[in-house]
Amino acid sequence: MHIFLVAKRLISLKTDLRTIPESYQQLPIFFDGKNLFLAAIESTLKMLETIEKPIETMSETSSIDWDYLQKFCSQTRRDIVRMTNGVNSGHPGGSLGCTEFFVAMYNVIMKHDPKNFTMDGIGQDVFFLSNGHISPVWYSVLARCGYFEVGELATFRKLNSRLQGHPATEEGLPGIRVASGSLGQGLSVASGAALSKKLNNDSNHVFSLHGDGELQEGQIWEAAMFAVAHKIDNLISTIDYNGRQIDGDVDDIMPLGDLHAKWVAFGWDVLEMNGNNLQEVVDTMNEAKNRSGNGKPIMILMRTEMGQGIDFMMGTHKWHGVAPNDEQLKQALAQQEETLGDY
Amino acid sequence: MKIEIKDKKDTRSGFGAGLLELGRTNPNVVALCADLTGSLKMNAFQDEFPERFFQCGVAEANMMSVAAGLTIGGKIPFTGTFANFSTGRVYDQIRQSIAYSEKNVKICASHAGLTLGEDGATHQILEDIGLMKMLPNMTVINPCDYNQTKAATIAIAEHEGPVYLRFGRPSVPIFTNEDGSVSFTTNSKFEIGKAQMLNEGTDITIFATGHLVWKAIKAVEILEEKGMSVELINMHTIKPLDEEAVIASIKKTGCAVTAEEHQKNGGLGESIASVLIRNHPAPLEMVAVNDEFGESGTPDELMAKYGIDTPNIVEAAEKVIARKHG
Repeated sequence: MHIFLVAKRLISLKTDLRTIPESYQQLPIFFDGKNLFLAAIESTLKMLETIEKPIETMSETSSIDWDYLQKFCSQTRRDIVRMTNGVNSGHPGGSLGCTEFFVAMYNVIMKHDPKNFTMDGIGQDVFFLSNGHISPVWYSVLARCGYFEVGELATFRKLNSRLQGHPATEEGLPGIRVASGSLGQGLSVASGAALSKKLNNDSNHVFSLHGDGELQEGQIWEAAMFAVAHKIDNLISTIDYNGRQIDGDVDDIMPLGDLHAKWVAFGWDVLEMNGNNLQEVVDTMNEAKNRSGNGKPIMILMRTEMGQGIDFMMGTHKWHGVAPNDEQLKQALAQQEETLGDY
Repeated sequence: MKIEIKDKKDTRSGFGAGLLELGRTNPNVVALCADLTGSLKMNAFQDEFPERFFQCGVAEANMMSVAAGLTIGGKIPFTGTFANFSTGRVYDQIRQSIAYSEKNVKICASHAGLTLGEDGATHQILEDIGLMKMLPNMTVINPCDYNQTKAATIAIAEHEGPVYLRFGRPSVPIFTNEDGSVSFTTNSKFEIGKAQMLNEGTDITIFATGHLVWKAIKAVEILEEKGMSVELINMHTIKPLDEEAVIASIKKTGCAVTAEEHQKNGGLGESIASVLIRNHPAPLEMVAVNDEFGESGTPDELMAKYGIDTPNIVEAAEKVIARKHG
């Protein structure tokens, strides 16, 4: 962790790599065949370069560093299980399932500026997480994209932390624009922010993510009508359609029926994708952006696997809100390679 | 204390007039309504600024969260619906998306209390002040007449942070100036968070809010005729409460009556009692609804039946003065 922080600091000071003290260059620890410090510098540089790439070039599939994105996913999955294990609480299941989505959004799809976060988000795309309980994946991706120090992930859910159990604005964590956790409110908030963009003649997008269990909240359907009535066509919302909620499978708890037909019937432009396939996420989100501005809000039904990437957490609802114990953490970490350095 | 009545108008029309003026002077002001545009007197704003007016239909929860979203980008949203649907129905939306998230939303609530009248208890919320004052970051304002409601509407646009503005349905006497100030026995301006002195006295203080301020003025006239020296303070801002003014007055008079169109539980009286107990204990009587729901009837009939009328204030004042001397 410290090596990466030092690396980031040196880079932020625009240090010439040749001036790095020899003692660092001769560290006896190796990673990927390189001195660990140089490997850290290289990977941090790569991360910063990706962030700073203008959106136009990043959106072109040919310029995307897929290998880096995969590594980012692996590291974020490690963060998720480590963060939840560290406080024996939190929601790893949905976080793991949405990892590719967040990594694609913040590295490829969204136009945003991690170093100059503003609440108003004018001139940028803005993102709302309505199912706030999957905060671990959001915090990990925000930190590793440069919104705040990666080391701060260690404070998740602890006293005096900015990383509240559910996202909040009160502590001023960059990247968060509204509190969420009590479900069903985010589609309305995103609709309001999208209207605000229109009033400001700001042509950027508003994105939101929702759980499928969350669709049982009536307010979602109030917002579904509102966004269509007001032709909020700069809004691109996504549903984490993993079919699971705290008490069991969504089909057993409160079935959603034909979800695609429901959103179409409400007047939305509906797309579907496999949320655990990076390429498909990038392609579909780009397609959604292309379709925006046509008088309709856009809804993406994103099929995911709760617990994706950790074998014993998949195929069940049981890891919705349960943290892995130390033994389970060990098993989980063995399945996801440390690529960008643990916090 | 003798007050000349300039006119009678409903406070909700003061809100409508204030909103229209804001539309003309502040391009960031936007308005949302949940199918009650006529009742809230928002038509003029809607007609003149259709691009800044958002009809939400009968979906108040969505309206509150949309308002929270509109602040992101610098808009100042004013939501309009009945007090019942502005608070109890949407408490969680206000709590999470507005109060906890510190959003600059102005929740404007009409038809508060019993004076809504014939619609009955389903619509006569008497708990809204309590609900709103419990929320951290929330400012709660309950102006007394048309002019003050208009002034308050304009003032809250300049006040950063969530605000609950409460007003009502019936026509009531207008006794403040256009800017919400008063200039009868005292000169006292309207300012958010500051108690407004209406009449100075030494035997008792009456702290009144909203529609009960006029009822209290009438009570002061009666009490003065009986030879008592009565201090009357308009507590238009219930949160943050002007504790300094409350303590200063009670140190002078030694006892108090509170008067409001709300439940005793959670209302202005409770807030004043808390200040007194923590700073300067003194006898206090509360004129407010006593833990019951309202019913259908005319505003005047309801005020009398539920004990929140001028005679009730007079009676409470005499009782509390006797307790002070007892």
